Amino acid sequence: MSEIQTNEGSGKKKKGGSKQKKVSVFVDFTPMVDMNMLLITFFMLCTSLSKPQTMEINMPSNDKKITDADRDAVKASQAITLVLAGGDSIFYYTGQPDYKNFNSLKLSSYKPDGIREFLLKRNTEAVTKINDLKEKELQHKISHKQYTEQVSEIKGGKGTPVVIIKAADNANYKNLIDALDEMQICNIGKYVIDKMTPGETYLIKNFRTKGGLSQNIAK
Amino acid sequence: MSKVKVARKSTRIDMTAMSDVTVLLLTFFMLTSTFVKKEPVQVTTPASVSEIKIPETNILSILIDPKGKVFMSMDKQGDMMNTLDSVGNHYGITFTDQEKNKFKLEPTFGIPIKSMKAYLALKVDEQDKVLANYGIPTDSLNNEFKVWIQKAKKINPDLRIAIKADQKTPYKVIKDVMSSLQDLRENRYNLITALKNETAK
Repeated sequence: MSEIQTNEGSGKKKKGGSKQKKVSVFVDFTPMVDMNMLLITFFMLCTSLSKPQTMEINMPSNDKKITDADRDAVKASQAITLVLAGGDSIFYYTGQPDYKNFNSLKLSSYKPDGIREFLLKRNTEAVTKINDLKEKELQHKISHKQYTEQVSEIKGGKGTPVVIIKAADNANYKNLIDALDEMQICNIGKYVIDKMTPGETYLIKNFRTKGGLSQNIAK
Repeated sequence: MSKVKVARKSTRIDMTAMSDVTVLLLTFFMLTSTFVKKEPVQVTTPASVSEIKIPETNILSILIDPKGKVFMSMDKQGDMMNTLDSVGNHYGITFTDQEKNKFKLEPTFGIPIKSMKAYLALKVDEQDKVLANYGIPTDSLNNEFKVWIQKAKKINPDLRIAIKADQKTPYKVIKDVMSSLQDLRENRYNLITALKNETAK
């Protein structure tokens, strides 16, 4: 292929043609291939093909305008509070915490049958609606833009649960991402990352000692 | 004894086709991939189902290692120089042009501002060794991290903040970083994660 064939061997000389030297030009591509291979190796080792994924989050501002009364108002509306404790454990409670009863705090796990099941049950309405929309989008009944618009409308709609995520100091970053991930999987639109209060620390301790702390108070 | 005559064949292989393939592959790699940034610490990001890709330009990334050291990197060299200048001003340290030029070539930085001059005087390979031991102070008494972010944002308001942290990082460090950002009213930012395939049933 890289050989430029000249009809040297055929022996038939054109009559009166120009007497040019007929050389067989054969370019050896082996070094070229070597070099290319080297370059490919370099690119494969020094670059990354996949761009990293990101999660976009909106944090509430640190303004002191959000008072405890506001927090209580949210809690009273049966908000779900997830407490990420150390050792990959996750607790949750709904509404106002009951400090006297250690069973008000429920232990759950990051596994699909743990916190996800609970959240999905709480958010059934929105989840079924969004699944319907997904189906429609797959069948090209609605455009992608319409889909995203409607999904965000459903997520922000009334009756969808509000989730407060609180992480203890000894929880790790993976726990936080996992918890945020569950929000996305369970199509929860309203969630917030908040700071731990002494109340929650107490609840966890109380749970771990099976109500030991609250019994002490009772005495 | 009959001699078996082996037909003499030319062993020359035509490499043109091979060359074509390699050039194609090379072009593919050059066009699709992005260069890996040199990072002072190894970080394994946790996985998530999120499918949003990170934008390409105007990224201010914050790198947090498992021990809680904080590093930063920016993708525009001009911004790096100006940021160093204004952070230096804030702390009453002036940097020479030479130092600034050296600083803008750093892929990642994370040196307390007081040690910055000494650090910039080091050779590149020495810098690599030293850098992993430092990290930008984030504690409330000496929150240099906050100043860096504030100045960087002032110089380039379009910067998007991306946090890349190791999955074993204690939440305490993340909390400090996040509350510093909250103090600066930077309420929207990205968390860099790896891809995980999982969907709700």
